[in-house]
Amino acid sequence: MSALLKRSETVIFLVLLAAVIITGLLNPAAWQLSNIFSLLRANVITGIMALGVLVVMISGGIDISVPYFAMAAMYVTILGMLKTDYAGIFLPFVVSTAIGLALGGLNAFFVHTVRMIPMIVTLGTGTMVRGFLLGVIGTSNINRDQMPGQLIDFASTALVKMQAPDGSTIELSAMVLIYVALALVVHFILAHTMIGRGLYAMGGDREAARRAGFNVRRITWFAYCLSGALAGFAGLLYVSMSWLANPRDLAGTEMDLLAAVVLGGASIFGGRGSVLGTMLGVFMLVLVNNSLIILHVSTTWQRVAVGLIVITACAVTAWRDRRAAAA
Amino acid sequence: MPSPLIELRHIKKYFAGVKALDDVSLTIQPGEIHCLAGENGSGKSTIIKIISGVYEPTEGEILFSGVPARGLTPISAISHGVQVIFQDFSLFGNLTVSENLALSSELSSGRHLVNWKHVRDVARQAVESLNVKLDLDAELGTLPTSGQQLVAIARALMSNPRLLIMDEPTTALTRREVEVLFRLVRELQGRGIAILFVSHKMREMLEISEQITVLRNGRVVGSGPREQWDELSITRAMIGHDPSAETYHWQPPAEPMPPRMELKGVSLAGGYSDISFALQPGEIVGLSGLLGSGRTELAMTLFGMCPSYSGTIRIDGQDVRLANVQEAIAHGVAYVPEDRLHEGLFLTQSIDHNLLACSYARLARSGLIDFAEAGRQADGMVREMQIVAPSGDRPVMQLSGGNQQRVVIGRWLMSDARLLVLNGPTVGVDVGSKAGIHAKIRELVRRSHIAVLMISDDVPELVQNCSRIVLMHRGGLVDDFPTADVTESAVADKLKALT
Amino acid sequence: MSDRFDLRRLVNHDANLVQLVVLTVVIFALMTALSPEKFLRAYNFESMTFLAPELGLLSIAMMLSMITGGIDLSVIGVGNLAGILAGLFFHAMGGTHGPALAGLGGGIIAIGVAIAIGTGLIAGFINGVLITKLHITPILATIGTAQLYVGICLVLTGGPAVVGFPNGWDAIGNTKLFGLALPLLLFLAVAALTAVLLTRTPLGINLMLIGTNARAALFAGIRSGRAVLVSYVMSGALASIAGILLSGRVNAAKADYGTSYLLEAVLVAVLGGTNPSGGKATVLGVVLALTALMLLSSGFQLMRFSNFLVDFIWGSFLLIVITINAFRNRG
Repeated sequence: MSALLKRSETVIFLVLLAAVIITGLLNPAAWQLSNIFSLLRANVITGIMALGVLVVMISGGIDISVPYFAMAAMYVTILGMLKTDYAGIFLPFVVSTAIGLALGGLNAFFVHTVRMIPMIVTLGTGTMVRGFLLGVIGTSNINRDQMPGQLIDFASTALVKMQAPDGSTIELSAMVLIYVALALVVHFILAHTMIGRGLYAMGGDREAARRAGFNVRRITWFAYCLSGALAGFAGLLYVSMSWLANPRDLAGTEMDLLAAVVLGGASIFGGRGSVLGTMLGVFMLVLVNNSLIILHVSTTWQRVAVGLIVITACAVTAWRDRRAAAA
Repeated sequence: MPSPLIELRHIKKYFAGVKALDDVSLTIQPGEIHCLAGENGSGKSTIIKIISGVYEPTEGEILFSGVPARGLTPISAISHGVQVIFQDFSLFGNLTVSENLALSSELSSGRHLVNWKHVRDVARQAVESLNVKLDLDAELGTLPTSGQQLVAIARALMSNPRLLIMDEPTTALTRREVEVLFRLVRELQGRGIAILFVSHKMREMLEISEQITVLRNGRVVGSGPREQWDELSITRAMIGHDPSAETYHWQPPAEPMPPRMELKGVSLAGGYSDISFALQPGEIVGLSGLLGSGRTELAMTLFGMCPSYSGTIRIDGQDVRLANVQEAIAHGVAYVPEDRLHEGLFLTQSIDHNLLACSYARLARSGLIDFAEAGRQADGMVREMQIVAPSGDRPVMQLSGGNQQRVVIGRWLMSDARLLVLNGPTVGVDVGSKAGIHAKIRELVRRSHIAVLMISDDVPELVQNCSRIVLMHRGGLVDDFPTADVTESAVADKLKALT
Repeated sequence: MSDRFDLRRLVNHDANLVQLVVLTVVIFALMTALSPEKFLRAYNFESMTFLAPELGLLSIAMMLSMITGGIDLSVIGVGNLAGILAGLFFHAMGGTHGPALAGLGGGIIAIGVAIAIGTGLIAGFINGVLITKLHITPILATIGTAQLYVGICLVLTGGPAVVGFPNGWDAIGNTKLFGLALPLLLFLAVAALTAVLLTRTPLGINLMLIGTNARAALFAGIRSGRAVLVSYVMSGALASIAGILLSGRVNAAKADYGTSYLLEAVLVAVLGGTNPSGGKATVLGVVLALTALMLLSSGFQLMRFSNFLVDFIWGSFLLIVITINAFRNRG
């Protein structure tokens, strides 16, 4: 029991539970099915990108290029679709994912071969890719009328559809299912494959991992490529769900991703972190924004709240680590 | 007669023209406990790396069971039955015990998926074969050092080795844990596994080994069965001459002075209790004891790093409260840490920066550092400490271990330290420089009335330099005797009695 | 320690500085060759001297946090918060627009400057306390405070920009003194002061030693916590001065002004030879890197490259330079 209580997943889950209960008591609207459904839907994009950031962080790195890779992969894919009048769904997602994967390879190259600090590398690649996207490929928004319709239709698929008492329809986006499926895949990789355990081993002690026979080069490439691929996928899904392809979108959200992953108990020094924790961390950020709206607090307070939560969570973690080290 | 398990024949190894091993021959029989002794830099770790396939010898050959092994690699060494337990264990603190045990074998079996049941089974078997109790689901980082070492041994045994190399395995263990380890080593021997035990601790070598080979400057200077050796002969082989009979005799100052430092009933929860002794100006006092005796905590207290101590500490007759490092320094206490590379030096910075690290505030005139004066003082200290370096702006990492230690000691002499706490003053320093550093310390003390508390495990070092030796055990002060009329072996016996 | 300038020793000592000088000269020559009539115009250099100081100050702020192996991701938030608070103060004193606001006197402007820099000092102090007292990793602490400071900007303004500053304030970002842009003079003064601080004061040397080996610094009796705290306070102060220049130049302050400066400040600091793991940094390197990059981007802008493309070039530049450095150090 005490072991369970010590896990960061448990702590963040309890905090979340308390937040949900308090919000619901203050405004019962929070517990309405429609609100819960929209909450879940809001997790999808941040969640998928955060999974990639998690994998990199477990390996002992950091990836702040994710949102920029997402936008680049998405925009190139959409432009390609418009040029060729392609009407499928599956292939565009494969292409967008592949572009993200290739860009992730760029990170892996600089991190592994050049041995530069991941933070600086991903800052550089992120800036570069964004600059190339906006400077060479284009800056114009692709709005609802021009967007490939089949993508929008696909992203509008509902898992559950019902009538609310007031006559409006409420639905749960099927994209939540995709998010959960990807989370399960990443969890499976982390917990049940050798490369997954290699990520933890390398994040714990790179030299020892090498001595134990892990191929640290392959693991590094795997981490950054997976992160890039998830970014590419999330990018296309994002514009399909929001009906607007704006290559400037998501800039700055890399900090939210890091915050979510760290809130979920992953260590910025590597070797620690879990999919469940990250999902809870993402949910926490989404919930903060949602709760402020529900409680009629001006949305301008969102950032303040997120900042305070991140600082508090990090302070508590640092305090706990130091107490554990002293004991 | 069966052929030996492993035989090194006339091995030479050069690094960029520098000779690390010179014509080393070594034979290890199956099931034998063989000790490789030598000072730091004598070539012990190079031999380990050659046997385990990390380095390729420049000349000479290696035979396994009489068959020459060409182009040995880490992988082929393992297939020849060689396993090495490094000092840092190469384990993963963030993974569970069972994963630490099973990952390597899972990896080498070429699996892509982890079969957790299999991992646990493998781990349980490994632990059971050692007859020890370990929580397989515990995160490794939560185990004490001795527990982590057991995991490292268990992991090494999983590949059914015929030779287990243990690099300084007792360094971080308490005496009791060392005994447990030795029992285990004998049990492994009973299973026919040969052990190559690398150490520089005399007592332990004599206790466990059957064969002892001593290295000095890359050469084998003596090899033979345990019965041939005693502490004196090992020491003589290791350092190349008779341990010097020179000792340091404290002369009370002409005018009576209060003790430089006086401890009365000083205690620290979880560290030590009720410690009382005094250091006179110009005195060198040795402090020894086993790991976990509280001696390090006492040193840390004197340097202001354990502010929660109770009791009275007086420096030059004044009651002081050593609440933080700055306070301690202000009272003239200086501390030279044992782990020079991580705690003593700023490796990439210049020799001058390293020497002046705690003097810059003193050298500032209205906020700006007087670099002309700083340079003069640093040059003066380089001469004073006889540091061999082309110029003060070279990075300190280019210096030899002995010169680096002189830099760290010199740093404190520049800050007018009156009480010098030296933790392992010559650990990792080669034999020649060792004597030089000792002479320097004695000269300083004789000249300037500073007092030195010398913490060491090295009995000759203590006897030759200290006028008194204080022994700590389980947090208490158990002995305090002058060295004038004791022999090194008598001191060693006193230490050995502390179990 | 000779005071004589010895080029060969400099070359051996700091290959990075030499590399930067060469880089700057090459870029200058290249841009001149590509479009001499546009690039060499005085106006071009003049506009650079008004623009570059903002980024320069932020880069030095970033460098200060990197010396001890940290990073300050909150600099943009701090700069904007400083500008917004000063702007709101002016609006409270002279109304939101009109001659009363424009004509606010020197005393009020001085108070505004004090408010802005005070904001930077406090914000930096908060960062420093989180890092040194609560022991939060710098990157996480400043991600958190970046959100917090930007959040406060949004709460104060509700989102839109605070438009309209007194003429005296705008003058800080737009006038010339002795024929040189005031922002440039301010920047050079701050850079010189920082250089002196880093190379000639105990605090500066201690920061360098802490960045090299924090544990050894502890055992050498260096007050690490205090030194690191001061470095973040300074970083905050420099960010707020950048905020003053920015709001003065554009006559407005907003929560999300200058967000691309964050990446650029890190790039300039790293290109300038700052080791992001700590222990190595020179102000001169940062100034040279800033010059090289400003020449590069102004040259490309004159050739009608978009700002975005310039970002692309900057990013690739960083990656190429770290690659070259990595291979040079290995070989």
